[in-house]
Amino acid sequence: MTGSKHPASAATLADPVLEIRDLSVALPAWADRPLAVKSVSLTVGRGETLCVVGESGSGKSVMARSILRLLPEPHLRIAGGQILLDGEDLARADDRRMRQIRGGEISMVFQEPMVSLNPLMTVGRQIDEILEVHTNWSKAERRRRVIATFEDVRLPEPERIVGAYPHELSGGQRQRVMIAMSLVLEPKLIIADEPTTALDVTTEAQVLTLLKELQTKHGTALLFITHNFGVVAEIADRVAVMRYGELVEYGPAAEVLEHPQHPYTRALIDAVPSLVPRKHPKPDATAPSESILMVRALEKTYGRAASGPNWLARVLPGLGRGRRSAVKAVNRVDLEIRRGSAVALVGESGSGKSTLARCLIGLEQADAGSAMIAGDEIVGLSRSDWRPLRSRVQMVFQDPFASLNPRTKVGDIIARGAILQGVNPETAMDQARTLLGLVGLDARAAERYPHEFSGGQRQRIGIARALAVKPEILIADEPVSALDVSVQKQVLDLLDDLRRQFGLTMLFITHDLRVAAHVCEEIVVLKNGTIVERGMTADIFANPQHDYTRTLLASVPGRNWQRRGHPEAPAPLGQ
Amino acid sequence: MRGLRLISFIMTRLLQAIPVVLGVVVLNFLLLQLAPGDAATVLAGEAGGAPPEYVEQLRARFGLDKPVLVQLGLYLKNILLLDLGFSFRNNAPVLGLILDRLWPTLLLMGATLIVSVGGGVMLGVIAALGVRTWRDHLISIAAVIAYATPLFWIGLMLILAFSIRLDWFPTSGMEDVVAFHEGWARVVDIAHHLVLPTITLSLFYLALYTRLMRATVLEQRGAEYATTARAKGLTERAITLRHVLRNALLPVITMAGVQVGALLGGSVVVETVFAWPGLGQLAYQSLFARDFNLLLGIFFLSACLVVVVNIIVDVIYVLLDPRIRVGGKA
Repeated sequence: MTGSKHPASAATLADPVLEIRDLSVALPAWADRPLAVKSVSLTVGRGETLCVVGESGSGKSVMARSILRLLPEPHLRIAGGQILLDGEDLARADDRRMRQIRGGEISMVFQEPMVSLNPLMTVGRQIDEILEVHTNWSKAERRRRVIATFEDVRLPEPERIVGAYPHELSGGQRQRVMIAMSLVLEPKLIIADEPTTALDVTTEAQVLTLLKELQTKHGTALLFITHNFGVVAEIADRVAVMRYGELVEYGPAAEVLEHPQHPYTRALIDAVPSLVPRKHPKPDATAPSESILMVRALEKTYGRAASGPNWLARVLPGLGRGRRSAVKAVNRVDLEIRRGSAVALVGESGSGKSTLARCLIGLEQADAGSAMIAGDEIVGLSRSDWRPLRSRVQMVFQDPFASLNPRTKVGDIIARGAILQGVNPETAMDQARTLLGLVGLDARAAERYPHEFSGGQRQRIGIARALAVKPEILIADEPVSALDVSVQKQVLDLLDDLRRQFGLTMLFITHDLRVAAHVCEEIVVLKNGTIVERGMTADIFANPQHDYTRTLLASVPGRNWQRRGHPEAPAPLGQ
Repeated sequence: MRGLRLISFIMTRLLQAIPVVLGVVVLNFLLLQLAPGDAATVLAGEAGGAPPEYVEQLRARFGLDKPVLVQLGLYLKNILLLDLGFSFRNNAPVLGLILDRLWPTLLLMGATLIVSVGGGVMLGVIAALGVRTWRDHLISIAAVIAYATPLFWIGLMLILAFSIRLDWFPTSGMEDVVAFHEGWARVVDIAHHLVLPTITLSLFYLALYTRLMRATVLEQRGAEYATTARAKGLTERAITLRHVLRNALLPVITMAGVQVGALLGGSVVVETVFAWPGLGQLAYQSLFARDFNLLLGIFFLSACLVVVVNIIVDVIYVLLDPRIRVGGKA
């Protein structure tokens, strides 16, 4: 098969389990388009992995859910086409038959394991339910099977986990439970809807390996929905790319990844930040630059250890809430950032990277240690002492939807900081318009409200807001993690441009090593509140010293997938 | 382990409740001082007037001549010894008076809670399962009507319809005093008297819980775990009963716990309308007689009652929701 201009050529598969023909799903009348899925035809072969890739709104999840007819009817309904499971049309099957198929012949893994499991029921019972519905096994037989499946997905102490509630497990363990749930009856097909998106990168790598391994072992076909081309490179046999409900490209993984035909696919693949660290910027005129941020032995502890047991527990031991286990979110961190540099703070959830940032911007008060911004100590400052320093450090927040006040006009959002710093409102408003131009928006946007903008545009507004007080240091807390990959790239490039233009120092917080490599020359790896490794991005990527850094690098999905047009890509990492 | 922790949790909460209840007592005591007149003036007024010396004498006898703070101190001391004082109006110890009236009120409250929470949950589920069908519309409309109608009016209309016109239920009281029922017959008689007051008092809450339950069931049915359950091949019935119901109950239980206090307040009206010999009626009478000892005793007891009910609700919550840890340590 050469190329994939003709989707039909890829669709002719020897032994299909699932065959989707001309599937259309109708959206309700008030939606922005009539069809969520527009005559999509796909085939999943026995034991193969088909990845469906697309950005938000592409209809990939709706397509996946319509296979098991899990759409929120009547708002979304199948408008036409066939869904053939071994020749049987599921689009026309009755409810009884659908219930037999769900969990028995096709099972599903969802994105967020926390909300996909019933919080009030033990995970063992939640899996047991499937067996109860689909088999007539005895209670003891069912229990044996559940435990065996837990062993299969390598959950520790299966006997104990059977009786555990979802909140007692970690994110990775919960997703393993979901996978166990989908595997327990060895279905023909597993549909996985972004099963690793909510997980940390190391956990994601483990879950992907596990899925692949179990698939080989049981010969199950896998329909994998994702937005991440790295994941595609990691596990896909074949790929289907969707946009606006339509299939734009469809073919073998190697073909699509290396020689994408459709311009949209090409754009998507190009937007994936490369793992190739950026070149060192030429030491410019300001070098050797002085340090602008100096952090020494900074500490921040959450929980009540500092105050000890409460009065009741002191008077009557055994009563009262007592000592809650304390968490050292930031543990004696030393950090030095030179003026004009861009430093990535990398770590998984719970590593303390956001807490550190919040301490540096004064949203949290550090417990101990010192932090100097251009020579001024900020630890222990009162709110009023902070105020004059506010203009020096600004932050771009993670969620562009939650971080802009929906009742305030964009112009006011941007100008307010400057006005508080004493700038004349007229001038501040003019500056706001100029800034909007700088971040690539129309100056007229100042008169509009945040909800009129898309996620990427809102993040641009967030950046303009941060720049309005002319900060020296810009802290960006996961600024692109809520954005689609094509928008991600634009925002990252914008940040990079502005940084050079204004001579900003940037502390960039991210969990994504690709993003870190794209925008920062220096990198600091954080784990459990402690810095485990730091240095130039290129050096660390080429030669990671700490075990954890090596694990992180080895976990990046698609790390061995070398992009076209990047002949300088380094040898496969972390092996 | 869990049981032990639960007991420790209950003990902690009971200890923590002591300052709360004492605070309520002090606040009530001071608030009552703001009302003009006292028991002495009311007694004198009812006697058709009395010379000032006699009023002074009465005050001295009741201990009303001392400074307010001294009175408060004495009262607090007595409360700590569980002595609620003496009702001069009724010429009997307050504790005895209240305990006599306590169980009719508890009976009415208990019946109301069972009817409103039980019925509300049931109706809410039925409405949510048949969303936008005639069942849902019927239940929702009835709920809005019940919700918007004042308590006393419902009571009066029920008496008019079921007692006077149809003669199915007695109009007032808790039992037929002249019939001298004993044993089982007495239980049946009281239950018969209980029907109308319970319906009156519960209708509002029944409507409230129906609406709340309908909304939460609809919300929970859209939750991801319900989709997971559907993807497992469960029937809609099993999904609702096994997964959705328990999750949807949590907000209703919270709401019910908060409203037990309000239920006590609402019972004043209902007890008056139906001449139900409960605490509410007693509080109403003692307020107009300026029988502050009795009134304070009732307030004290209601505060204790609310505290105990809240602890019970918390325990139910812990039993329903495994995510809630008691006793702190993980």
